[in-house]
This record gives sequence, structure tokens and C-alpha cells, in this order.
Amino acid sequence: MSAPVAQFDEDARRVAGDTRQRAIVQTAMHKYEVVRDFRKPWFQDWNGARDQASRTKFEAINHLDRYLDQFASKLESRGTKVHWASTGKQAVEIILGILKEKNARTVIKSKAMTSEEIHLNDAMEKSGYTVVESDLGEFIVQLREEPPYHLVFPAMHLTRGQIQQTFEEKIGEKSSDSPEELTMVARRVLRQKYLDADVGITGANFGIAETGMISITENEGNARLTAALPKTMITLMGIEKILPRMEDLGLFLPVLAVMGTGQALTGYNTIYSGPRQAGEADGPDEYNVVLLDNSRTLLLADAEQRDSLHCIRCGACLNVCPIFRNVGGHSYGTVYGGPVGSVITPNLRGLQDWKHLSYASSLCGACTETCPVRIDLHHHLLQNRRNSVQEKPDFFMAQAFRMFAVVANSPGLWSMVTTMSRVGMKVRGWVNATFLDPARAWTKTRDLPPIAGQSFREWWKENR
Amino acid sequence: MKITLFVPCFVDLMFPKAAISAVKIFEKLGHKVVVPEGPACCGQPAFNTGYLEESRAIAEKVLVSLKGAEAVVIVSGSCGAMIKNFYPQLFEGTPLEADARELAPKCFEFSSFLVRKLGVTDLGATFPHKVTFHDGCHGLRELDNKLPPRQLLQKVRGLELIEMDAAETCCGFGGTFSTKFPAISTAMGEVKCESSFKTGAEYVVSCDSSCLMQIDGLARKKGMNLKTLHLAEVLAA
Amino acid sequence: MSERENIFSRIREALKMPAHRSGYHTEQGELPGGLPTLEERRKVLPIVSATEEGQIQMFARNAADLKAVFKVLPNASLLTAELKALAFAEGWKRVAGQRTEMVEKQISELGLPALFTEGGYDKAELEKCDVGITECDALVAQTGSVVVTSRTTGGRALSVLPPHHVVVARRDQLIPDLPAAYVLLQSRYANSFPSMISFVTGPSRTGDIERILVLGAHGPKKLTIYLIES
Repeated sequence: MSAPVAQFDEDARRVAGDTRQRAIVQTAMHKYEVVRDFRKPWFQDWNGARDQASRTKFEAINHLDRYLDQFASKLESRGTKVHWASTGKQAVEIILGILKEKNARTVIKSKAMTSEEIHLNDAMEKSGYTVVESDLGEFIVQLREEPPYHLVFPAMHLTRGQIQQTFEEKIGEKSSDSPEELTMVARRVLRQKYLDADVGITGANFGIAETGMISITENEGNARLTAALPKTMITLMGIEKILPRMEDLGLFLPVLAVMGTGQALTGYNTIYSGPRQAGEADGPDEYNVVLLDNSRTLLLADAEQRDSLHCIRCGACLNVCPIFRNVGGHSYGTVYGGPVGSVITPNLRGLQDWKHLSYASSLCGACTETCPVRIDLHHHLLQNRRNSVQEKPDFFMAQAFRMFAVVANSPGLWSMVTTMSRVGMKVRGWVNATFLDPARAWTKTRDLPPIAGQSFREWWKENR
Repeated sequence: MKITLFVPCFVDLMFPKAAISAVKIFEKLGHKVVVPEGPACCGQPAFNTGYLEESRAIAEKVLVSLKGAEAVVIVSGSCGAMIKNFYPQLFEGTPLEADARELAPKCFEFSSFLVRKLGVTDLGATFPHKVTFHDGCHGLRELDNKLPPRQLLQKVRGLELIEMDAAETCCGFGGTFSTKFPAISTAMGEVKCESSFKTGAEYVVSCDSSCLMQIDGLARKKGMNLKTLHLAEVLAA
Repeated sequence: MSERENIFSRIREALKMPAHRSGYHTEQGELPGGLPTLEERRKVLPIVSATEEGQIQMFARNAADLKAVFKVLPNASLLTAELKALAFAEGWKRVAGQRTEMVEKQISELGLPALFTEGGYDKAELEKCDVGITECDALVAQTGSVVVTSRTTGGRALSVLPPHHVVVARRDQLIPDLPAAYVLLQSRYANSFPSMISFVTGPSRTGDIERILVLGAHGPKKLTIYLIES
């Protein structure tokens, strides 16, 4: 058993059995659903908005060469340095190179899932830089040395008491456990960091090809400060974040807000087109945009699953997924969890090592139903399963299915098996739920119904 | 009308009453029901696990047994979705693709068939109990089957339908998922049972016996006062 | 080959295979191709009143929901009184602003030490200010947003570092909706955009702790918007 599978099995089993932790996640997700459903009618036509979002991303991704070229050229023409990274390692090297060149000491960061993907913080810290996460949720999990729990809500698994304790233990800040006071502690602590930081690193929600701009969505204002105060700014962006035109933001910003947090629009939606310009009062002297491939082109090449690159990282699929709700965000062991993570991770990090994420689903389809850009998520999970079998079938599994086919296809054999299984079930019943029970995976927690005294086929034969 | 009934494996072996009720209902309405000699399975377990060839080994025989049918009714949302929505995919690029595509529009899940094809909602049934309905995922999302079961239940005399909060949330069965990931499956089932129980209903009704097996199995193990029944059995009452 | 060339060659190779059209689960079947138009977008976004009065009301409702303060004032002299009252109530000791005629005048009336951001400033000094006063590029009725830019509203930090952001807007700056905002930005800035343009929608907020709303996470805790009619 590969390490990722073992880790997932253990963590999933533990959290699924932990009713207290499950309750925290369920409550948070329920609150999200209430707010989201309250906000959806803000759109005149929600499904129409999804259709338009889907069409826009389809156009952007299926002409990615054209739009990415336009995007980079526009940025460069107005003074931004554009860097290209085929791998996460290259992206890290590029960023470390910039930090070295600028003699940086402190880096302030706003939320960037791509930076988690390439383990950037780790690399910067090992190279001796002080790294501060400015997003409140990220700040908290950084102090606890934990990965973020959720795409949009990094600290959703924590109670106020736990956060209070973290602040006291890790930064010596004593406060009550009121969310208001705790937030003010973070605000106070981080303000000085904004002023002191040499380099600000952000992620990007969208890249606008038409005008060469980076669009950043946030509620707290920490990204705006990260982009305003330090002398050097770096934005790390996956190449799939491209939108064709500035006006597309008029659709995507509300869609992202409603599905991400149940708001009509997030607090700050900002577009950056370069470093500080002549005549501007402030802003970074230098702006670097690092464009990251890191296997996205692999997904692009899979025409069937290419639309998984349409993802706008709203987190809605995580929120509705009954698996996510019962195993929590840390069990996945990856940066991107939930349904979209279970679709893309096997493709980005190795099908055989990570296929278990695609199997750990009942294929209920709630994710596909909710996805604002209409990604065919649960069918992609099926496709991953099929692909993993085609690549490396399990001989015994295949044999088992073949034998079942032989029995199912033959009325005579089926009838025989029906009779035999009545006896078999009785015998099994004697060792029900013990280690001898072949159906233990079921019977440990659930009763198993008996084989009916008369099967349907037997009834049909007798009565019709 | 000649109605061809497809009875999935677990309905045949464990919940035959659901299919028997369906037969009686159709006959009462004056239709002829035929059950062709054919496989006792739709091939979904292999398909969902990624073993397409092995799935086809069963599915092609199903196609043969259903060829030329006027209308095919499947007493299960998940098997209905398999035959109607996934057979065309399963047989894509093979000589049987045309047959699969020809069969699809003729397939209906049981409740959907009654309401949408036969235009019937009142079957003269009486079931004076408090009932809550569980939407099986395939029926709900692959076959758009939200309304028909409820339209049918509304006409049952004495029946009080109370919707649970988590009606559309997966029960955690998911076929082999239930034994491959038993801890997660159980947790999902617990959420479903709790939500059902909160309504005060005596019965959980669904169009999917497999879902009911999960809910029932959990409720019994926990000693919860909750019974399960297939929609067809309620309508035949 | 440079990394840029590597990436582009992989993209082009990948796109040789056409993808299925999106829209598997749409009610109408496959979706049409091409990018949605402005008219199409207006059909899914909320309807906005065609009248100025209606738009002011919509903006006011949104501002209230967002916990921003929104006041319509008949003229600029009333603004002075408002700001004086705020200064007193909140105990302002030092104010920051941008150097436009309007803002400079109002700040001089306040008679408090002032920092103007144009031409550069000391960040630490800005951090000590109790309020940042700016004008704006537009107010968006549909969302209750204030549009600020690094060129026209005093730089990037003025509207986000001080704990209170006060916006002075003119009635003719009120526009109906998001599509109109992007049209405005394109026509106003064409090929020479400010390096930062931000849509400010309410004061700073977070729900990161137990999903409970707290205002003033890092940006301003208070947002006050004045719409001057004449």
C-alpha cells in the first residue's frame, strides 16, 4: 500500500469516527449553505450565470496559448517582469532568486494555494527568510504548523478557544476568546509586518489577458496591503487562471463570491497591471509575475478532463461533498482536497499513487450539481478510475468481476447461487461482525438483511 | 402497454417485494409485464470500479435481453441511470453502441415511468403513516427524479410526508464504496439516519433498495425506531 | 528552448485534441460557443433601476447590508460639518488624504495635522493616521462598491491602511452596474491603466474564526461614503 493511501485511510477513518470534529465541519458547512442559498437569488438567473461562466472558461482554456501570450505581453509592455516555471521547483528557484537579488529579509504573503502546492514557505524559511502569512486563517494555521483545512476557510476546523490558545502559546498574545478580540490581536501584530516587509507575495484569482492584469479577491484587505507597502511584489499564478477580457470579471467576481462565501461581492476586488507608475504615490518599484505550469499542461492534454482546469477555486464542491464533510480537509493529504482535488490530484501527482482519492466517493454528484463553471466532476472521478485500471489492472479484481459476470449471465447458475447464498448467509450469521465474517466491512457498523425466502425470479417463475 | 421489467441483483435477492409490488401495480393498471431471461445485474459494480471490459461482459447480454422492448422499467434509480445514461458511454466505439443509444430513451425508473410516461399519480393506495423520502443520488441527479416520487406519495391516503433536511444528501451506500471505505460510508449513513429520525417519521421511503439497505442496516444496529420501505411497496398498499 | 517556449509548446500540443463542449448538465443540452456579451451578462446579473433615484436607493440598501455608512448631502459645505462631527466623535488626531481640491479643502477645515500621499510619504506616518480621505472613480449601485485607483485616489495604501476610509463622491459618479464599471474603466484609461484599480465593497471583514463576521480585519473597520449632489 502506497504511503498516500495509508495516510488517507487512517485519517479518514479517524475523522469519520470523531463525531465532535464531524459536528464542527457539518455546522460550518450548514452555515455556508444558508448564506449561499440566501445569496443565489441575487442573480436574476443563476443557471444562466453558470452557463456563461462555463462558456468563458471553455474559450479561455481551449485557446490558452493565445490568451496566455496576450496576457504576458501586455504585462511586460507596462514594466512587469514575467517569469515562466514548468515545475514547482523552478518556481521556487525563481522566487528565491528574486529575494536574494533584493537582499530581502522579511516576506509578507497573502493567500496563495499555488504557494502551498510548491511548498514555497518551507523553501523560503529554510533559506533564512522570515515569512508571515497575512490572511487571518492562514496566519493561524501557519502558527500551528498545520496545512490549510479548506481552499477558502483555512482555519474552519478550529474553535475560538483553540485559536486563543495558539495566540498565547505561539506569539505570547493573551486575549479573550471572542472572535472580535482575536481578530484585533492579529490585526495589531500584522500591521508592523506589513510596514517592515521587503517583499510582498500574492496569489491570483484570475489573470486578465486583454489588459494584462492580475485580479485578486479578498475580504480582509491583507492582499491590498501586501501589494501596497513592500518595495518588491511577486504574484504566483497557475497558467489556467486566465480570463479573456476585463469585462468577464463582471460575471466571475460575483459568481466566485456567492459560491465561495455567500456574498454578492467580496470586500476587495483589485486588479493590478504593473509596478508603481510615474506619478503614483506608492506601490512596489518592481512587480514580478511567476507563471506556473506544474503539470497543468498534462491536464490540458486530456481532452476529456480538460474542463477541470476551468476551476475557479471557489470551494463550493468541498462544501457540499458528504465525503469532505465527514473526513475533513486534512485527511486528503493534498493541497487541493474535496471533489476537485480528488479529480486533479491523481492527474497532477501520479494516477496509481493517488487514485484512491477518486475511489473514495459514492459518486453522488452533488459537486457537479453545484459547480459554478459546470465541471463534470463526479464523472471525472469515474474516468480516473477507468484510466487507473487501464494503466494497471488488478488481476484478482478483474477475475472476481469476470466470475460474477459468468454467474449473473446464466439463469441456471444464478438460481443455484441464490439457493446456496441462503445457506451461506445463515452460516455467516453465526460469525456476524467477527473477524471470521467475510462481510465484516459492512457488518461492523450495520446489520445485513437476509437473502429473501423467495427471490423475485423464483416468484416470477412460480406465479407468472 | 407491454412493460419490460428489469430487476437488479439485490432487489432480486434481498428485496423482491419491491419488484413484486411494481408488477402488481402495472397489472392493476391494465398493462402486461414481461421479465426477459437475461442477466441479473446491470454491470454497474464493475463499471464504477473502472473495469469496463468486465462490465460489458454482463451489459451486452442485458442489451440483447432488452432489445426491441417497448418500454423498460427499472426498479432502482442507480441501475436505471446505469442502463439509460451510462450504457451509451460503456459501449462507445463498440458494435453495440447503436443498440445502447436506441435503448436509452425507452428506459425509465419506476416512479418516473408512472408519472411521466403513464401520467398516473393516484394508485388508490392507503398507507396511514408518517413517512419521509430519501432521494437516491443517481435517481435525483442522473435521472432528474425529484418530483415523481413525491407526486405519487401525495396521493396515498392517510400518508403524511415530512421532508428531512438532508433529503438530497448521499446516504453513503455508493455500491462498493460502502465496503471499500466503510468508516466514511457509515458516517454518511449516520447523518442520513439522524436527519430521517428528526422528522418523527416511522418510515424512510426511497426508490432505491440499495440506499434503504444502508439506512436500514444502520438504524437496526443502533436500535433506532426507523423502518424502511421501497416506494413501490407503499403504492401497492 | 526557454521555459516560456517549453510551456507554450506543451500547450499547443495539448490543444491539438479538441475538448467536448461544456454543458453536460445544462437543462438545454450543449452550450453555445463564444464569449458571452454584455447584454447576456446583464440578463443574469441583478436588474438595476434606470433612474438615478432608484440607483441611489439601491446603493444605499447595499451599503447598509455591508455595514458601510452612506449619506447623501445636498452640497459640499454640509460635508465639512459631517467630517467635523466624525473627527470629534472618533477622536481623530491625524488625518490622511489625497491632494485634490475637494479633499484638501475639507482637510484644511478640520484643522488637524494632515498627511498627503501624492509625491511619496512615510509608511509609518500613514499608519498613525486615524482616517484616510479620498474621492473615487465611481460608485456602483448594483453592488454598493466604491471604485478607487492608485492614480486618482492617492495611491494604493491610503484607502486601505488607516482604520477609517472616508469617500467623497459626486452624484455624476454613480453608475448602475458592474458591466458599466468595466466599460467606464476601459473608456477612461484605454491603454494606460493605473497600476491598481480596486472595487471596495464595504469595510474590511473576516469570517475565519468560527464563521463569525468581524469587521476591520486588516483594512478599515469603517467605511463612510458621502454622495454630494451638487
